[in-house]
Amino acid sequence: MQEPAPIDCDVHPTVPSLAALMPYLDDLWRDTVVRRGMDELNTISYPSRSPLTARADWRDDTGKAATTPQALAAQGLAPFGTRLAICNCLYGAQALFSEDMGAAFARAINDWIAREWLDRDDRLRASIVVPMQNPELAVDEINRLAGDRRFVQVLLLAGADLPLGKRHWWPIYAAAERLGLPVGIHAGSTYRHPVTPVGWPSYYTEDYVNQAPSMQTQLTSMVAEGVFTRHPDLTVVLMESGVTWLPAYLWRLTKFWKGLRAEIPWVSDPPTSIVRERVRLTLQPFDGPPDVATVMRVMEHIGSDEVLLFSTDYPHWQFDGLDALPAGLDRALAQKIMAENPLRTYPRLQQTAHTETVA
Amino acid sequence: MNVDVLNRAGVQPAAASKVGIADCDVHPRPAGAGIGGVSKSLYPYLSKRWQEHVESFGAIYRQPWEKGSAYIKGQPQASRRDAFPPGGMPGSDLGFMQRQHLDPNNVVLGILNPLTSGQGAQNPELSAALTHATNEWQVAEWTSRDSRLRASVVVPYEDAAASVKEIEQRAGDANFAQVLFLSRTAEPLGQRRYWPIFEAAAAAGLPVGVHAFGYGGWPITTSGWGSFYLEEMVGHAQAQQALLISMIFEGVFERIPNLKVVLIEAGLAWGASLAWRMDRQWAKLKAETPHLKMLPSEYLRRNVWFTTQPIEEPEPREHLAEAIDWLGWDRVLFATDYPHWDFDDPSHALPIRMTEAQRRAVFLENAQAVYRVT
Repeated sequence: MQEPAPIDCDVHPTVPSLAALMPYLDDLWRDTVVRRGMDELNTISYPSRSPLTARADWRDDTGKAATTPQALAAQGLAPFGTRLAICNCLYGAQALFSEDMGAAFARAINDWIAREWLDRDDRLRASIVVPMQNPELAVDEINRLAGDRRFVQVLLLAGADLPLGKRHWWPIYAAAERLGLPVGIHAGSTYRHPVTPVGWPSYYTEDYVNQAPSMQTQLTSMVAEGVFTRHPDLTVVLMESGVTWLPAYLWRLTKFWKGLRAEIPWVSDPPTSIVRERVRLTLQPFDGPPDVATVMRVMEHIGSDEVLLFSTDYPHWQFDGLDALPAGLDRALAQKIMAENPLRTYPRLQQTAHTETVA
Repeated sequence: MNVDVLNRAGVQPAAASKVGIADCDVHPRPAGAGIGGVSKSLYPYLSKRWQEHVESFGAIYRQPWEKGSAYIKGQPQASRRDAFPPGGMPGSDLGFMQRQHLDPNNVVLGILNPLTSGQGAQNPELSAALTHATNEWQVAEWTSRDSRLRASVVVPYEDAAASVKEIEQRAGDANFAQVLFLSRTAEPLGQRRYWPIFEAAAAAGLPVGVHAFGYGGWPITTSGWGSFYLEEMVGHAQAQQALLISMIFEGVFERIPNLKVVLIEAGLAWGASLAWRMDRQWAKLKAETPHLKMLPSEYLRRNVWFTTQPIEEPEPREHLAEAIDWLGWDRVLFATDYPHWDFDDPSHALPIRMTEAQRRAVFLENAQAVYRVT
């Protein structure tokens, strides 16, 4: 049987430099970049030279990777037979302290993605980068781009000013729900708070490993605050933060929901059910057991064949060669992960590619 | 766990037929009212200077309230409603604890973990005085009166020098079975400021127990403070993952290979997944931490133990047995968390198939080995 052409739910175009965004900034912000001597907004979540940030064989002569759609196509799409890929740009606009500056750079990133990536390869889709500094401005940005059906998701980072379940964020969820856009929460942070509950770590390795527990605390917040109750048509996708933690996490969350649900009476369904129905997770970096025979046991603990979405996390180094799909997955599950689950998660992927452009 | 409290009146005769168990998380607390969370029962062990300080200023922590916890608990004192001795606070009366828990559940080894001992108090001298007093109190009022019980050396862990002094004073004292931290420290637990404490604990042959809660001042989530007690309770698992990540990648177990760490009241089913994640990421990033000589998971499986309560409850239950298979049955220590509301009853808490050897290991022998108590 032919493997289905995969849909890659997490690839990362790299902003080659701030200069690339200049055409997409208006005069005020272009002047700001020059007069104030702005540095690149590369985030410490992905230090440029870190082995994880770009696989060695995907780096170009400058040491960067994924700076052009041609590179992405040649390295990240064609070898995997990918038919559609969702671009999640991780340039650090969300971490700027100024709300207006954050909004300007989010707009520039989105317009750059539309012009320089989506227009040039019709296999590409993208997530809307929003200014997390201010939900009102974030909603403006979502509304501005929603007419372009190639934008298929709203992108948030796991680390921000406030827990992602709080009412502060609900206007974003309302807009996403109304427009048929899942909210994708990606590993990373604006570093308003330490990446751990016990303070700032010493090593980058700790920061990255802690992205999984960090994602867990955001999911707890979203469940407990009633985001899924309030927004019955909203889907949340957790990206680049592992998948095998989900069962043990849900066992604990559901146990405490049983014991403490009087505190959150609006959560009337068991969290395990809520998450299996409404939350999806991208596959890479796969955090499965080294023993291949155990992989399907873990999948059984996850308890649903619908929650995982194929991703390569290109150009991040999560696997070698073409081994994006972990060994040990059974064939039927692998096929669902590669195509069926992404198509069900992202309504806009089911619509034919078209060329409507941004005003 | 919360609502249905078993009536244990009259069940004591059955205890003789029950297998003896180790309970690695029992919470004693000083009786009576106090100031700013400091019970007057500790005054006999506090100098006049610190008694007067407490009378004037109480104890101040990195949290908003003069008394009580940052997050409002689900019920009074976060305790079983049947665990209040007449006129007293849960865990404050040894006789009541014996009758309600130690005797009927046939606890042959109980590890005492006092939680209101001044750990995390902002004034470092006060923290040292209160923890010292709590250690004196544990011996005078608990371990000297019930040979099944072992105390924890509570240390003012934000001050390494004072902590080392306290540990050295208790070294060789069979009343004490471990050195106790709370999990929410001011910095990740693997950082250098805490190393002298770990070295002193290892030198004294004492495991380091790390119990959920504390006052580090950092929110559980990487996006700030959640709204609910439920988030804090669930989040203890993430907090302990973070401190374990820190201890492993900082090289604590490379520097102190014989250090034993017991993670208390934060779950255990997450252990295997975290081990897999650490190994896979370290494989790519190990140039950053060349001081590690083994896989992160190998340190975890050599140096770290997990207490059971609150035990995860998957459906189907057998998934828990597999999660323990992946972590290692030798890593698991039974605990009830008496007298707290989410107490795990030893008769019901682990409804999974175990071999007789696994059952003995989890309920008694692992604890005897870790704490070197027989």
